[in-house]
Amino acid sequence: MNTLTEQMFRDGLMIAVISASLIMALSAWLGVRFTNSKIPGPAIAIFSGLALAYLGGTLTGGSSGIADVGLFSGFALLGGSLLRDFTIVATAMGARFSEMKKAGLPGVLALLLGVVVSFAAGVCLAGLMGYRDPKSLATIGAGACTFIVGPVTGSAIGASSEVIALSIAAGVIKSIGVTIATPWVAKSIGLNSPQSAMIYGGLIGTTSGVAAGLAATDPKLVPYGAITATFYTGLGCLLCPSVLYLILQWMLN
Amino acid sequence: MIHGVALLAACFLFGRVLGEYLGIWIGIDANVGGVGFSMVLLIGAVQWMHNHGRLNPQFESGVIFWGNLYIPVIVAMSAVQNVKGALSSGLIAVLAGIIPTALCFLLVPWLSRLIRTSSDEVSPEKEIKP
Repeated sequence: MNTLTEQMFRDGLMIAVISASLIMALSAWLGVRFTNSKIPGPAIAIFSGLALAYLGGTLTGGSSGIADVGLFSGFALLGGSLLRDFTIVATAMGARFSEMKKAGLPGVLALLLGVVVSFAAGVCLAGLMGYRDPKSLATIGAGACTFIVGPVTGSAIGASSEVIALSIAAGVIKSIGVTIATPWVAKSIGLNSPQSAMIYGGLIGTTSGVAAGLAATDPKLVPYGAITATFYTGLGCLLCPSVLYLILQWMLN
Repeated sequence: MIHGVALLAACFLFGRVLGEYLGIWIGIDANVGGVGFSMVLLIGAVQWMHNHGRLNPQFESGVIFWGNLYIPVIVAMSAVQNVKGALSSGLIAVLAGIIPTALCFLLVPWLSRLIRTSSDEVSPEKEIKP
């Protein structure tokens, strides 16, 4: 018995692969059986993943979801950034340059608007909630972009660590919210072509949320959304602590 | 098959290096668009091989295998997010995460229309079905 548990702990990745496969199979079955295929299997699987992460956080008090539960530590490797990026790149196999060219200028516009609108809305919300100093406002606004832009901006302009933690949380909630919301709203926002996926990726920007949301909507769109989203964080890190922060300071004075 | 995986790995590495350099160049300690560069490289390489008749199913399966693993990886990624921490850090984080994103969602159809009109001007005979 001891050897068995030892073996299972050592082969965490294998446990994670088997668990992920079970979750996907169960979700596909649930989707067909109980929602009449209205909710796609991957959407249920991703949501189950989030529920497991909440369970893991509740059980252990840790910050890496289910991976904090010893037996499932392999999830951290399977769902880590290396495999995530590697598999996203592999999905580009199905993408075509001819489709991407059509997005052109509106794609770039989507990236710019995505960062500026998120930042501005985040700043307004923080203002409504009682924040007044430009550093906190800008950091929370940047957190509304992605959970990387928030802390990068916060540390660049010298915001307090509570506000930086808050901006990370906002970014994580955005990514989770996008994952859940995308398959629901896809039809009503016309998310059905490579071009609209590129626009969506540029506007929303949180790579993990965009990729997971598109995977749950239509896996063929993943490469197009991911390709613009991957530039969003970089653009946000560039604009938020510099131009946008200066504009905000100027407006407050 | 291994050659397909190798091409994927090569594009991945080279794209990441480009992303690192772009980050250093604009003064950010982060990888800027590394995944995007990798994808563009892979699409380019595959198209080149296709045009030169060097693409065979064996080779493709090396890349497609990893592409198909994408959804289970995303499921695992969801399972290691700090969902508990994010939900318990207060109303402002929840609002700042949701409301700006909802605004951006609303902009998607508007910008998508821009594409439709601009591509219609270039090729009026090619109608894009809504």
